[in-house]
Amino acid sequence: MNLKTHAYGSIAFVERNFALIKRYFGWELVFLSYNIVNALAIGLIGARMGKEMVLYLVVGAMVWGFLSILFHEISESIAWERWEGTIEYTFMAPISRFTHLIGNCLHAVLYGVIRSSLILIIVVFFFGISIRSANLFGLFIILVVSGLSFIGLGLVAAILPLLSTEKGAYATHIFEAVLLLISGVYYEIEVLPVWIRPLSYISPATYTLRAMRAALLHGTTLQQLLPTILLLLAIGAILIPLGMIIFREAEYYARKTGKLKRSG
Amino acid sequence: MEAVKCVGLSKTFVKNEKIIALDRVSFTIRNNEVFGVVGPNGSGKSTLVRILSTLLIPDHGHAYIFGRDVVREYGSVRRMINRVSVDAAFFKGISAWENLRYAGRLYGLDSRTTKVRTLHILNELGFNERRFYEPLENLSRGMQQKVAIARAFFTTPMLLLLDEPTTGLDPRSKLDVQNFIRTSMANDGFTVLLTTHDMKEAEMLCNRVAIIIDGRFITVDEPRGLLDRYKKPSLEEVFLDVTGREWKEVEDES
Repeated sequence: MNLKTHAYGSIAFVERNFALIKRYFGWELVFLSYNIVNALAIGLIGARMGKEMVLYLVVGAMVWGFLSILFHEISESIAWERWEGTIEYTFMAPISRFTHLIGNCLHAVLYGVIRSSLILIIVVFFFGISIRSANLFGLFIILVVSGLSFIGLGLVAAILPLLSTEKGAYATHIFEAVLLLISGVYYEIEVLPVWIRPLSYISPATYTLRAMRAALLHGTTLQQLLPTILLLLAIGAILIPLGMIIFREAEYYARKTGKLKRSG
Repeated sequence: MEAVKCVGLSKTFVKNEKIIALDRVSFTIRNNEVFGVVGPNGSGKSTLVRILSTLLIPDHGHAYIFGRDVVREYGSVRRMINRVSVDAAFFKGISAWENLRYAGRLYGLDSRTTKVRTLHILNELGFNERRFYEPLENLSRGMQQKVAIARAFFTTPMLLLLDEPTTGLDPRSKLDVQNFIRTSMANDGFTVLLTTHDMKEAEMLCNRVAIIIDGRFITVDEPRGLLDRYKKPSLEEVFLDVTGREWKEVEDES
């Protein structure tokens, strides 16, 4: 399979998913409005505690928004194909599973970046926050490398709907909810009960949030952020191939047991 | 080389009970042949199609498509096949064009080639071109199935797996689809495995027909050969003779 076929294969998913967004644009506006209001409401909780607290909370809402889009788009791509009934056609197409999943990830990253940037711009204007001292380049780098680790998590979670139509989708949502709890999205992980804290240390979102807050609130330099960047890269480097390997095994299992079909 | 060769294919599903979907099925399909498989619901037709589509792994036996093993060499097999199923599975919120462009890219085709080829096929099927850009959910079942036919044919596969492509279609659409398959066979020389509930369709389109019951091939022959062998005037009566069941019952079940 040559590069052109890989490129066409990946573009197929980006193009198709954006066509679906265009088709249901009204709903996109609804969800975007909800996300914006949600970020503003969370920011307002800290309004009396100063701008730093507002920014602290808003970063949580924004990063969680980005990471959950990424996670959702990837992990639910299989469930979605099942609901639409196209799963058999996609899985029997002559493209590698890597091309298929990378196409979905590419769309998720583009979509997530566009939505999160819009939310950030609106929030900054709403609260009249100055981000002049922020390290925006560092912020962008953290966003990209954290995206890799969340793609890996999404790939692992995408296996669940492959194995079971309904139960898989339930499990994906529970998985996401646990990430929200343990990753210090709106609070420091030190406030969590001691027995939960070890889970926080294995969540890539914990490191992403810390680094993004440092870059945005304190203008932490790229050099100072380097250990976190390397850590997130390492998590991505482990999770993406691991996700692909587990996905391949799950696909084999689904082909063996007859679960690779419209109604699982 | 045979287009399809199946040797002792077996598949059992276990849910609440053990269901034997295919039971030691062996057959070959010659190159450029239309091979029909007829049988009631749950007789194993779709299981067979899904194994040949590389979506299902058999418990026992082997299947080869143009010499390639569907389990071990599924990547090569996928480049040689395409499929139409009974339900036109699409992203219904987007248009026929957007769905077909997506399918084309999966098969390595640029959007221009996809548009030219699919519009050509859809025109032959009597599809109104203006509706090409409408969400599929606005189109009738017959029109959606024509788009599904275009999706399978425009990638010019060597083997087409047509799994009840005309079931549930109105008579006009059914005729359009049947005529298209017949013309394409004459002009382009695909190999086709066709499963159907329509005995007349099997008689009209197929070079050979297999009757499948409870996962087993009961008989395989040319339509004329079956009529002569069982001394019956129609395949429906052959079916009754072989299975002890009225074909009408089978149609009602579906």
